[in-house]
Amino acid sequence: MLSAASSVVLAADSAPNPWFDLSWVGDNWSTIMPLVGQHVRLTVVSVLIGAVIAFPLALLARRTRGLAAAVLGLSTFVYTIPSLAMFAFIAPFTGLSETTVAIGLVLYSLVVLVRNCLAGLQAVPEEVREAARGMGYGPGRLLLRVELPLALPSIMTGLRIATVTTVALVTVGVIVGQGGLGQIIIVNGFGANYYRPPIVFGTLGCVLLALIADQLLAVVERVLTPWTRQRVAA
Amino acid sequence: MNAFSDAFVYLNDPYNWTGPRGIFFLAGQHVKIAGLAMLVALVVAVPPAVWLGHRGRGGAFLLGLSNVSRAVPTLAVLTIFAVTSIGFTIWAPVIALALFAVPPILANTYVGFREVDRDLVEAARAMGLDGRQMVLQAELPMALPLIMTGIRTAAVQVAATATLASLLGNPTLGTIIRSGFGRQDYGIVVAGALLVAALAMLTDVLLGTVSWAVTPGPKRLPFGRVRSRRAEAAAVPAAR
Repeated sequence: MLSAASSVVLAADSAPNPWFDLSWVGDNWSTIMPLVGQHVRLTVVSVLIGAVIAFPLALLARRTRGLAAAVLGLSTFVYTIPSLAMFAFIAPFTGLSETTVAIGLVLYSLVVLVRNCLAGLQAVPEEVREAARGMGYGPGRLLLRVELPLALPSIMTGLRIATVTTVALVTVGVIVGQGGLGQIIIVNGFGANYYRPPIVFGTLGCVLLALIADQLLAVVERVLTPWTRQRVAA
Repeated sequence: MNAFSDAFVYLNDPYNWTGPRGIFFLAGQHVKIAGLAMLVALVVAVPPAVWLGHRGRGGAFLLGLSNVSRAVPTLAVLTIFAVTSIGFTIWAPVIALALFAVPPILANTYVGFREVDRDLVEAARAMGLDGRQMVLQAELPMALPLIMTGIRTAAVQVAATATLASLLGNPTLGTIIRSGFGRQDYGIVVAGALLVAALAMLTDVLLGTVSWAVTPGPKRLPFGRVRSRRAEAAAVPAAR
């Protein structure tokens, strides 16, 4: 009798709260997938827009020392602003939307990308430029055929850092209700009576997304820079 | 924008500063959590980094660790600690924050020791300094600027992450942003954001000044750039 009674789960017993529960993932698939999609979408859009703005900005910044210093100083300033405050500054203009999160993330990825583009372009040896000019390269062709390929490893490093950082930062978007996997961690986990399976799933999901994105970019880097293949990757 | 003028109205009301759960109380809690986290991180990170840097071992591991830590969302780790058995104490956010302060301190301290001029180390050895004296009198002073860069990077990140602890019920300056969103009052949201950003900037400037003060020899500008490419790589901070 006693053993039969103890196997019955009463409402008064504390609810099970395991760290790992794969059945939770299966049961909540329709909630999870749109949020994973949002996470990926926010990351890709933010890094792409960041890159599109960063490259011309780096080209502009390298023309004069003062401009380069200003861009670098401003980028350090932006990086010091905590993400929660960043989204809070933007929210009055764009509300509780994905745009709010995207603008903040663009700013952060922009910072990394401008720095690395600039560093890459500045590291091109002057002799190489001279040689290219001597061979009759105009400024456009010099940039595309000589400087850009030489700066590419530095740019790709920036792209990888920006992507990995952005994947992690999307979660903070939960403050405006657009946090991708952060929604799962906070709303489905912490907010739902500290339920652990969503928290662990959201955390592992973020790390996995970051690693996959990083490896994909590493492959892109290898394909784009076949001449560096002899050297040991950093 | 209306929200920004509303923010100044909010910040001009003394009651919002001194009241229960006012700005002074929240800032105090914020600094307490961040300060404890930095203490824990310094105790855990500096001794092994000094030893490894002196011996010149484990560099790839330490730099790798600081790269991996970038991929882990601080909010996730904060939440995980919040649902453990220490979740209702201050130690949950403190330990979570300390975890993220360790990698930059480790990496920069290590690189700082490795960047010490080899000739100087040779000279110190020739003068008869033993291992302990070598570390304390020759390498440490030379490595100090980079060690301070690591501490400064970590502190700015910790100050930022303490903001996020508000999402898990810990009262910090982030609580103001959160309650602003809760009341759909963008004035309060922006006021909170200004305070949070100001604290992060203050941390940066304060530790920049400390780093300038403790740098031996001809002083470099505290807010300039780090010299070597390797040192720069170690110093790349993460946005939080």
